[in-house]
Amino acid sequence: MHLKNIRLQQFKNYGKAKVQFSKEINCFVGINGSGKTNLLDAIHYLCLTKSAINPQDNFNIRHEDSFFTVFGDFDVEGKEIEIRCIVEAGKKKQLIQNGKAYDKMSEHIGLLPVVMIAPDDTSLIKDGSEERRKFFDNMLCQLDRQYLNSLVRYQHFLKQRNALLKQFADSGKWNSQLIEPYDLEIIKLSKKISEMRKVFIQEYEPLLISHYKTISDDQEQIGIRYDTHCSDADFESVFRSSAKRDYLLKRTNMGIHKDDFIFHIDEYPIKKFGSQGQQKSFVIALKLAQFMIFLSHKQTKPILLLDDIFDKLDDSRISKLMNLVADHQFGQLFITDARPERSKGILGEIDADSRFFMIENGTVTNWNQ
Amino acid sequence: MNFPSKLIEDAVNEISRLPGIGKKTALRLVLHLLKQKENVTEDLSQALLALRKDIKYCSKCHNVSDETVCSICKGLKRDKSIICVVEDIPDVLAIENTSQYQGLYHVLGGVISPMQGIGPDELKIESLFERVRIAPDDEKVQEVILALPATMEGDTTAFYITRQLKDLGVKVSTIARGIPVGGELEYTDEVTLGRSILTRVNYSAD
Repeated sequence: MHLKNIRLQQFKNYGKAKVQFSKEINCFVGINGSGKTNLLDAIHYLCLTKSAINPQDNFNIRHEDSFFTVFGDFDVEGKEIEIRCIVEAGKKKQLIQNGKAYDKMSEHIGLLPVVMIAPDDTSLIKDGSEERRKFFDNMLCQLDRQYLNSLVRYQHFLKQRNALLKQFADSGKWNSQLIEPYDLEIIKLSKKISEMRKVFIQEYEPLLISHYKTISDDQEQIGIRYDTHCSDADFESVFRSSAKRDYLLKRTNMGIHKDDFIFHIDEYPIKKFGSQGQQKSFVIALKLAQFMIFLSHKQTKPILLLDDIFDKLDDSRISKLMNLVADHQFGQLFITDARPERSKGILGEIDADSRFFMIENGTVTNWNQ
Repeated sequence: MNFPSKLIEDAVNEISRLPGIGKKTALRLVLHLLKQKENVTEDLSQALLALRKDIKYCSKCHNVSDETVCSICKGLKRDKSIICVVEDIPDVLAIENTSQYQGLYHVLGGVISPMQGIGPDELKIESLFERVRIAPDDEKVQEVILALPATMEGDTTAFYITRQLKDLGVKVSTIARGIPVGGELEYTDEVTLGRSILTRVNYSAD
């Protein structure tokens, strides 16, 4: 699978732009603020219907304009797929595949897998558990419709139950008969989802460990511990005994929305004890493992977006990552770099079709010095 | 939309408040009425006013009715030992049109949804229990059929009702869900199809 070209209009700092890509390596060079990462983000839009950086669609429209469009032609196993994404202020976002608009954005998710590596973005490690749940939920939803359906149901029942708890608190009256249907669904779905998460981690963790070893020289043992109460034998009674707390706090305190995925290094949480370098290696390993799991489930290589890796990683990690590239482990690759000569030097040694693009203030030109 | 007359504008605005009717359709209806004889509009307004003023809801099943008790509840041929619980009035009409059901109905007027502030007190749920409880011995309720929408809210409501009916010693059933007649398997959504496989029934030729 690869992206053949992209056409932008009024997307972020671009007026109009049209770019033809190589199906192997594409490198965007230019000074900071010229719009290199925005180009990666446009590709992210086509694959996952949203920005990797700014969740608010409207903020991705160029200043003082009222809409943006991103069009792109993909080649998926020899079949041509044109994706058009149109965002207009105050209107519903449109995503169109080969001339036919999607009813639901979620139907597009999973068709064009993409993995973005931004080494500086360690929020996955440093932030709260929600970031990590999102990361794993995202992967699971792209791989398993059943998981997606269960998660949607769970979130719906959770919202209903929390609304009910608020009503109970307002009226000062608990109604156990009324809350029972929600309790049962949440207990049932929590068990099911936590079981699916557990099975997934068993498949994902070995990939993570092996890619961490590839990226870093460290000899430490790393791993993920899936932290949940939901698959415990006594989960139902634990859930029920928290009813009083739920009532006082007006929200549900037990269930898979409280799960966490603890990243550890030599048995210590990396969040607290990992060095900057270890955290960066870990983030890259998480994403490479994501790449591999998509590859093994979907039998197609996801598009890989590498944002600013030459600046943010040390030489040894860069060369290890580039070994993977030279080894043709990846499919189509998009890289950004502020220093053209450096990327030319590194990528020039690799036997692949590399194209370089100079980005200047929202314009793109082929650059082949 | 700009109108040459304030009278037309008012009429269009009122009519376009109805579901499924936009400004353009409303304008077409208004202009049509103007072309007809005056009594057409008068009859329409009369019918609407009378509908609003005189409509009653059946004191037993809460379906629309001309009298205090509706024609279905009063029907002599109706099996009074079965009650079919539905979300709203159109559901009664849909089931009646099948000609497959001879029992009584109970219209809830909605389904439970805390997010929208709809609880059992906003619906005719308590009156269903009351109906089962106070039925005279020769009209004892044997079975309650739940014909609620196949949504998360419909399921929650069904569960809530079932739990409470259990104590009253009445059989509770729910309508079957599965592949529509004349439907192709490959176009059936995964959830429905999966459920149909799980709740498959013994084959019977008749």
